[in-house]
Amino acid sequence: MDFKEILLKKITDQFPELKIDTTDFRDELTFSFDKSFIIPVCTFLKSNPDLEFILCADITAIDWAERKNRFTLVYNLYSFKNNFRLRLKSNVDESDCTIDSVTSVWKSANWQERETYDMYGIKFNTHPDLRRMYMPEEFEYHPLKKDFPLTGIPGSLPLPKK
Amino acid sequence: MQKLEKDEVHPKIIQALLDADTTITVEDALENEMILNMGPQHPATHGVLRLLLRLDGETVVACVPDLGYLHRGYEKMAENMSYHEFIPHTDRLDYLSPLANNVAWVTAVEKLAGIEVPPRAQYIRMLVAELSRIASHLVAIGSLAMDVGALTVFLWTLREREKILDIWDILCGARFTNSYTRIGGVANDIQPEALKIARWFIEQFEPNLTECEQLLNTNRIFIERLEGVGVISQQDAIDLAMTGPNLRATGIAHDLRRTSPYLKYSEIDFNIPIYTEGDCLARYFIRADEARESAKIVKQILDKMPQGPIAANEPKKVLPKKGEIYSRMEELIHDFMIVNFGINPPVGEIYSAIEGSKGELGFYIVSKGEGHPWKCKIRSPSFNNLQSLPHLIKGHMVSDVVAIIGSLDPIMGEADK
Repeated sequence: MDFKEILLKKITDQFPELKIDTTDFRDELTFSFDKSFIIPVCTFLKSNPDLEFILCADITAIDWAERKNRFTLVYNLYSFKNNFRLRLKSNVDESDCTIDSVTSVWKSANWQERETYDMYGIKFNTHPDLRRMYMPEEFEYHPLKKDFPLTGIPGSLPLPKK
Repeated sequence: MQKLEKDEVHPKIIQALLDADTTITVEDALENEMILNMGPQHPATHGVLRLLLRLDGETVVACVPDLGYLHRGYEKMAENMSYHEFIPHTDRLDYLSPLANNVAWVTAVEKLAGIEVPPRAQYIRMLVAELSRIASHLVAIGSLAMDVGALTVFLWTLREREKILDIWDILCGARFTNSYTRIGGVANDIQPEALKIARWFIEQFEPNLTECEQLLNTNRIFIERLEGVGVISQQDAIDLAMTGPNLRATGIAHDLRRTSPYLKYSEIDFNIPIYTEGDCLARYFIRADEARESAKIVKQILDKMPQGPIAANEPKKVLPKKGEIYSRMEELIHDFMIVNFGINPPVGEIYSAIEGSKGELGFYIVSKGEGHPWKCKIRSPSFNNLQSLPHLIKGHMVSDVVAIIGSLDPIMGEADK
């Protein structure tokens, strides 16, 4: 039984009511599940002594543009103990563009979630400091959304008058 | 001047003078907090990093970094261009080791598209990646020394770096923004002349690095400015997602070249230097040690360099040679298709990371089977390393701030993307 199967078994044992979609592309394992489970699953993955996913390397989102669940949150975790990389995915719909923040699990999520908020406009509940990361605070748009044009929006940043 | 009698002064004035509060209050300057804005244009912030510091006297109580002054939206641009077109943009991420970024991007795309790269191309990529690590660490050491007041070392380390830039000049015609790698291989074979200079450089590099180190390691001011400053524990470093030399300075021998070998690192013999102190001095030592290890790796690469092709034989994904495009029909068609429509990797998503000079430099690419990525996320090590800055600075003096930033070695081109 290789580690991927052990991992899936451990999570399904811990959360019997959780429905997990598994994909394995180019030897990279991805778990997709409902967003309400994000904190319990992350806490379990981090604190379980056999798993120890203590490094949250990256958090980002994907904008699928024309889909019911428009955004997908992507968490890139790494376990030093097992030398294993795991990807978690969770869908967020545009009508309820929020997800629980995992800053209580990993401190590094602070800036990573701020960046995701800045770029996609997804709000993270109970995030301690949800400000924009790169763009100015008064900027109204979220640049990595697919409906934001590549050339930018004229007038979105104040320019000097003629 | 005639003296005034008592009756001549209005009693109200006398009363006002008597009632005036004349007690002197001396406010303790150290009890006042003050906000200091450092950067974005500051020589010690390594680019355009802005820090807002709350000071109690000269001690930093709190620090809020402000990023985004170099945000160019590379992730947005990547979604709107082909995989080949993005290679020059990776040069501008960590601009002190552009070749390592090129390697990181093309290895990620190759993993997505499933392209097998010939061994000679992989060895050349390893060579340039290690040389760029040396170049980047030389700048890191030199600028750290300059930030704490030792200017000579900066000139000496940049002199060494100059020799690496000369190798790159021969290799691909550019000294700084190289764009040397191609999907499936490299742009051109490495010239015998470049290999000769690389060998000469490695032989004279170690004594020269020792010379630079002697200037610093015997300098009491330098050591005392760094020792015990900006200490981070192993646990905090992992929790804040630090990677690279900054993580290894806390005692974890985590190196992607060893834990998940890419290219041909499994065939190379090298050590992973670690320090356990986790302070600025450890972060300086580890960079010097790593530069030495890289020199060892380069030596082995030069000895083991295999012969053979420098690009994979996959005509629909790898750009053909220029000479053949002008003389052969098939190559012309493939070139036209790749340039205009891209390489169309299969639907899927991959994350591929290399051990860059600053840490784990990864690319997360989502493909919908089109010629351009649907989503490209740059996992930049500098961004995550910088997040530890408020934690490291807290409780130190303003003058330590520059030492801590210098020892973290952030590159804003990468942190701001």
